[in-house]
Order: sequence, then structure tokens, then C-alpha cells
Amino acid sequence: MERIQPASGALADAYIAGCRVGELRLQCCSRCGLHQFYPRIMCATCLSAELEWVAATGRGEITSFTVVRRSISKAYEAPYVVALIKLEEGPTLMSHVVDCDPETVAVGLPVRVAFAPWSESVTLPVFTLDSQRGNSS
Amino acid sequence: MSSLRGKVAIVGAADTRVGVVPDRTATELCIESILLALADAGIGKDEVDGLVTCNSMAQPMLYHAEAIAEYLAITPRYCFAAGAGGGTTFSVLHHAASAIVTGMAEVVVIAMADSLRSGLSRDQAMLMQSSTGHPQYEQPYGPTVPAYYALIAQAHMARYGTRPEHFAEIAVACRAHAARNPAAQMREPITVDDVLNSRMIADPLHLLDCSLVSDGGAAIILTSAERARDFRQSPVYVLGVGEGHGHEHISQAQDLTVSAARESGQRAYAMSGLRPTDMDFAQLYDCFTPTVLVELEDLGFCAKGEGGAFVSEAGIGPAGQLPVNTHGGLLSHCHPGNPGSMFALTESVWQLRHTAGERQVANARYGLLHAQGGIMSSHSTLILSREEG
Repeated sequence: MERIQPASGALADAYIAGCRVGELRLQCCSRCGLHQFYPRIMCATCLSAELEWVAATGRGEITSFTVVRRSISKAYEAPYVVALIKLEEGPTLMSHVVDCDPETVAVGLPVRVAFAPWSESVTLPVFTLDSQRGNSS
Repeated sequence: MSSLRGKVAIVGAADTRVGVVPDRTATELCIESILLALADAGIGKDEVDGLVTCNSMAQPMLYHAEAIAEYLAITPRYCFAAGAGGGTTFSVLHHAASAIVTGMAEVVVIAMADSLRSGLSRDQAMLMQSSTGHPQYEQPYGPTVPAYYALIAQAHMARYGTRPEHFAEIAVACRAHAARNPAAQMREPITVDDVLNSRMIADPLHLLDCSLVSDGGAAIILTSAERARDFRQSPVYVLGVGEGHGHEHISQAQDLTVSAARESGQRAYAMSGLRPTDMDFAQLYDCFTPTVLVELEDLGFCAKGEGGAFVSEAGIGPAGQLPVNTHGGLLSHCHPGNPGSMFALTESVWQLRHTAGERQVANARYGLLHAQGGIMSSHSTLILSREEG
């Protein structure tokens, strides 16, 4: 059984192409300078259509999380950590926190992006606890 | 701007059997709720000129309200099916009230039903769950519906020191109300320990923090305050209604611990001229226990961050300062999906008619009802009274 794959589309495909080469891509508005996620056809703040893809630093902080004990399907092995990550650039995204004991995950911890294969053609961002920036902050 | 305050009233209300009802399809439950509401109001189907429904997940139809009208053999002049998740019920009432005041219809039936328990397989139900998130940026991570609400709970805990015991108190209170309601799906009293010892689903939510999966339907009949005087039941008046629509996907929420319930509540209070302390009871959307806690705060029953203290000290059970979900709520009465808040509505009608039996809130005059859909996304608040103004 395969994990749920992201629905296709021009913007989503550009984002996933970034993941494949190890880049977490955000849109940055050329007019107002704000980063946004998820990708849109316009800047959700000033409505400008002049958006550039930029590579995020990949650093962020856990704003909330849960340990899913009853998985959504057999393709997902429980327990797994679903978290909301606020990136340094400002936007928040949903992801997994991986390679750690779920009991050590907490709101406020720094995380760093990693990339995980989701299917033969799709790679998605996941996050790991960022020990260099301290797990006790 | 003219106000809807006191302009419309509920003159009929009914629930079908709820819980596990395998002998009725979702469509049949919807029809049955309408027949019961018509009987309660004492009118025939031909007096109905407006019909609003929500689609069913177990038996979806492209033009749901039209199909229900056809089944009943009525030809309304105002007819649509709405979808705003759990918030649909009071949003629809808001629209229907406006339709009555502007002359689009005179007697509107609002009816909603589904059979999530008997009409869907477990796989279908899980598939439905997975379709809740953003199809590109959330769904692939496999969040379940409890997981989305757990994100709100964890954020509240981290920010305000709220504890799992506080969430558990909400489940216990709803069950205590349900114990007094012969129609409720789950009536066996539970304790905080029972909740905390039930299986962990998505931290910090235990099984008993999660609402039921049910079959059931309910309907109400809405008309102008003027026309309401001709009906046999004492009318229950709409004094305030308001909505607030924030994000749709939880990863896009501006603030996990503050919801658009704040705006929807403020709009309903402003229309009614009433305050939280005027309310004799509240029916708050309880798909998972943390929603009640956030709604208590956002609707002004306590300050932000003090929801935990409010449920454990002021109390929301039958003997509490503010009885919440007097029928047992989605946690203990029933939860057939989008129609869920219909049962909070019919219960409020009975509370304000003073016919709620053993669970009657003494001298109930004003009640506040709140529903939300999505993941704390679309909010609607309703203030009802047994008095016209």
C-alpha cells in the first residue's frame, strides 16, 4: 500500500522538483518581499503576481505536533509525529518529525529539514530535531 | 442595516432515532426527521415553501435538497443544500432567516441526516477522513481528523498550561448530560480517569476525547415571528446570529489557540444585545474535547487561556455554572457528521420550550449555540430565546 501522494499541479510540481534536488522551495513576493507557503498564483498579502521561488534555509521551530497512534492507513506506521513547523522565513507548513523518539518532541523545539522519498517520483520534506541548536530550548 | 433580531422563530423540531440505525438510509433518516418536525409543528407538507439540507456522505446526491423535495413530493420556491462542515447548521439557519425576512420563503424546513455508522465501511470512513487535509501539502503526511484537533490541543497546552485532565472534564460533563437523555447513544457515566485511561489516538487525545460515529437526522421548521404565533408550539426566537470564517487548512491558521469563534460570537452578541453571562446554557461544538475549551474562551465565557480552569472550577455539567451540551453533544449524544449541530438546535428548542424533561435547565430563557467546520475554520453562533425580544 502506497502513502498518500500529493495532488499534481504546476505549482505543486515545481515545489516537488525542489524537494528532489534537496531544496525546500518557498515563493517570495518581488513587490512586498514576503515569503509564502503554500504556493499560489499570487502573493496572498499584496496580490502581486511577481513571485520568485527561493530556497528556504530549512530551519524552523515546532509550533505544534501530535503523535498519531492510530494511523490513517497501513501505509503509515504508527506512531508517527505530525507537526506544524514555522520556518525561519515566516510561513508554517505541516510535516513529519522523524528519526527521534516521539516522546522527546515538544512545542518550541528547533528542527531542520530533511527529504524523504514518498514514491518513485515524489520526494517530500520532513524534519529532524536540530540538536546543533539545542533540543532543550 | 436591518437586523434579524427577533424576526424569525423555530416552530417545529424533531430528531430521528440516533446511534446505530441500520434500518434507515441517510435519505430516509432525512425524510423521517422532516415528517416528525412537521407533526411537531402541526402543519402539512404543502405549507412548506423552503427547504435546506446538507449532503450526506453515506448516500451523497449531486442535488441533495432537490432530491429530498422530490421524495417528499413538494415543490419549494427556495431550496438548496449547503456544505460548511460542522458549521453548516447555523450558517444555514442564518441564510434561511434572511430568506424569510426578505420574502424568499415563509416556512422553511432545515433537515440534515447521515448514516456514518451503518452506511459507510471502515475503509470508506478512513478515506473520508484523509480527504480533510490540503491535497498537496497536508494529506501526504497522513494526519487523521483527531490529529488535526490534537495540534490545537498541544498548542493550547504549551501556551497556557492546559492539561489532559481539563479536556477529560469536558467528556465527563457531556456524558453526565447524556445520562439524563434517554435518546443519547452513550449514557453510562464516565470519570476523568476513564478518559485518561482510554486508548491514546493522537496525543493528547484519548478515545473518549473523540466524538461518536453515528446514524441520525434532525429537522426544524423556521418561519417569521409574525407567522409563528399561528403555530401550536410556543415559538423559539432567533435573537442573534453571526459567522466568522478563518482558514480552511490548519497549517494556514493565524493562531492555533484563537479561532474565528471570537468574531462569530461578537456578531451574534451584538445583534442580540446580550452577553455571555445572560446565557442559561450553551451548546458548543464538541467533535473533540479541545474545541469546547477554545470555544468557551473565544465566546467570552472565560478569558483566553482559562478554559481549563473554567471547566474544572465553574463547571459545564448538569450542576455547573454553565451547562454545556445538555443533550450530551457529539461526544455522547450522537455525531452523524455534518448534521451534528442539528441535535444541539433541536435540544435548545426543547430547553427553551421547557419540555426537556429530566435534563431541563431551570427557567432557561437564553441559550447560545456554536458550531464550527473544517479544523476550527468556519464558525457560526446562534442565540435563541423563548422571548421575542
